[in-house]
Amino acid sequence: MAKYMLLLRDNGTFAGISPEEIQRVIQRYGAWRKQLGDRIVSASKLRDTDGRVLHRDGSKTVVMDGPYTETKEIVGGYFLIEADSYDHAIELSRDCPHFDFGSIEIRELQPTPTA
Amino acid sequence: MTDVPSIVDHLFRRSAGRMTATLARVLGADHLDLAEDVVQEALAAALTQWPYNGVPDNPEGWLYRVARNRAIDVIRKKTREISDAFAAREEATPRFAHELEDDDLQMMLMCCDGRLAPETRLALTLKIVCGFGVDEIARALLAKPEAIAQRIVRAKRFIRDNEIELTLPSRDELPKRLDSLLDVVYLMFNEGYAASAGDDLVRRDLVDEAIRLCEELCSLRVPKIHALAALMHLQRARLAARVDAAGEMLLLDEQDRSLWDRDAIACGLRHLEASAAGDELTRFHVEAEIAAQHLCEETNWPRIVELYDDLMAIAPSAVVALNRAIAVAMVDGPSVGLEAAAALEPELRDYVHFHAAIGELSRRAGDRVSAEEHFKRASELSSTLPLKRWFEKRARYGA
Repeated sequence: MAKYMLLLRDNGTFAGISPEEIQRVIQRYGAWRKQLGDRIVSASKLRDTDGRVLHRDGSKTVVMDGPYTETKEIVGGYFLIEADSYDHAIELSRDCPHFDFGSIEIRELQPTPTA
Repeated sequence: MTDVPSIVDHLFRRSAGRMTATLARVLGADHLDLAEDVVQEALAAALTQWPYNGVPDNPEGWLYRVARNRAIDVIRKKTREISDAFAAREEATPRFAHELEDDDLQMMLMCCDGRLAPETRLALTLKIVCGFGVDEIARALLAKPEAIAQRIVRAKRFIRDNEIELTLPSRDELPKRLDSLLDVVYLMFNEGYAASAGDDLVRRDLVDEAIRLCEELCSLRVPKIHALAALMHLQRARLAARVDAAGEMLLLDEQDRSLWDRDAIACGLRHLEASAAGDELTRFHVEAEIAAQHLCEETNWPRIVELYDDLMAIAPSAVVALNRAIAVAMVDGPSVGLEAAAALEPELRDYVHFHAAIGELSRRAGDRVSAEEHFKRASELSSTLPLKRWFEKRARYGA
């Protein structure tokens, strides 16, 4: 089955959230995860602080701090899931509570050709 | 949304309070901020892990361990003993849930120190013991978040400056120390109860929290705690029947008795029985019996007048006197009641229910002008919309 990467973009705005609200968010994710069941291959939050962007300038590698969460939506976490098609992956993402905090980018993993 | 069975309702809020109490017990009251910070960090850590990896088998234990480890990290440099103190505690009491009762009580007693103003005690208890956020407290108490935050900061400074300790009073001293704590529990209940249905769910949470705290305190086996529990259960029983389908307030004799919560009544009556154990008669005892009287099929008004006489002897106030006047009106007629109520005007001039009572008694006595005038004044003084509408309606049609 094809694998799809759900990239969760947000601007890291969880400051000042109360315990009750934290629980509500977690419960909503729990309900969504339950719908997906075994289709979740792996998942993780990415740290909202620090981060480095590298690029090559001539012969040397330039390291810059960033991307900065304050400026725009950055990838805050990901879910790697199994789905039949893009349509199916979209269907599975529709109820994700993340839409209250940002957007989701869906990318299919390049399938390995049968050799 | 479907319920996820792995997290019980309000777990985060409640464990926030419990964990803060446990941590502060070890860290000392002067580290209250640190305890709160690490608890908040643990909850935030859960927010970064659980949505992605699911909820662990023992969520509360996970949160507690993360908060505890964080606290140790923060102060490790400064002192070695604190982590030893944790180790000592955990060896002695392996089950997390059971070690909390004394800690909770100490924390409540500290938050309810008699030298703090009652509204400050309430805000601090909601924040630290019940795990409410500042915004939630502000909504529940109809105050500005900045004002609540200020109040809490000042209270913490007071605790620090006066070196108020987290200690358990002796068995003899306990009942006395409890008074200020029970006042806060009842204040919490009333803040929630006074709001009309649907106003804001957080306010209904206050009613539940007050009852939960009181039920926990009942394990101390002090009769007056049972009296307060009885009073709150008996009042809560009528909560659903207080408004009609359109959200309009209903008087006691207009209420649909089938909507009364039978379980709450049974629970209240059980507590009322347990409250009779000692020889101390408190206002909670008397008020609970008044609430019980109001739940009877036929209201025994002469008995209620007697109970208000008792209450005036224990805890005299103009509001109690007003309630007594209303009961007197039911026994001796509206004009006798009016006379008693009118005498209270200097003290109750700005009290909504004073004008509501005078309005109603005037209406019954046939004085339409006075009725309309006082219902209008009651409407002006009301802070919630349903109450305002109700008095406006009375002013128009009731008079």
